[in-house]
Amino acid sequence: MNKYNPPRMNPSSLRSRFATRFLRSLSKINAKKPTASSSSPTEIFRRYRRIKVAADKSMAYSVRSRRTWSRAMLWKLRTRPCCRRSVKTSTIVRKTRHEKQNKNTTTTTGEDGVVFGVEADELRELVPGGEAMDLYNLLDETAHYIKCLTTQVQVMKKIADFYSP
Amino acid sequence: MSSRRSRSRQSGSNSRISDDQINDLVSKLHQLLPEIRNAHSDKVSAAKVLQETCNYIRSLHREVDDLSERLSELLATTDNAQAAIIRSLLMQ
Repeated sequence: MNKYNPPRMNPSSLRSRFATRFLRSLSKINAKKPTASSSSPTEIFRRYRRIKVAADKSMAYSVRSRRTWSRAMLWKLRTRPCCRRSVKTSTIVRKTRHEKQNKNTTTTTGEDGVVFGVEADELRELVPGGEAMDLYNLLDETAHYIKCLTTQVQVMKKIADFYSP
Repeated sequence: MSSRRSRSRQSGSNSRISDDQINDLVSKLHQLLPEIRNAHSDKVSAAKVLQETCNYIRSLHREVDDLSERLSELLATTDNAQAAIIRSLLMQ
């Protein structure tokens, strides 16, 4: 098999772990493409969905289970209805999510008793697994999640630029 | 206002997390935001930081979306992807 041994990257950094994983999935996706219809809109859309999932999966796996958001993201991807067709599972997921949210819509206080309940709840919907976090964990996980998202975007941009004519 | 204060005192006694710790995290988030990073931290409220954080995450999600689409289109025209992928990795 091919060995990815980039000389100028620190192999332990999140960036290189993500890049290695993502490129591996990308080449798998590319190998699977049908030669005849690879540029048809349906095929491009299907591949786009696969690439998006691969990007998130690679990111979450690079972080492993050290973070709540990455665990939640992996769980969501695993239970993702490939699934969108089976109505049963998706309603169950939605229901539990709703219950969790109801449980957590307590107003949170911070700086000088300033309430930012609305903002925190908005953030809870954006950060994977955020529904079940208290304010302290939510902010901590958000900071890490943002750093990872930025890395994800940078690496994907670099790959896309490389492919671009 | 007084009801808010009492509530904050209540939650403060229940949890070990202080407002200071929350404020530290808020300013950490503040540093990560490109939009308001350069603004003085005392001029930006915590709620504003959280609001901008939400916007920033949304814009990053959108970028991942666009890049996935772009990559999908690019893969349609790429033949020797394996070699190209390795080369791109080496060029980082």
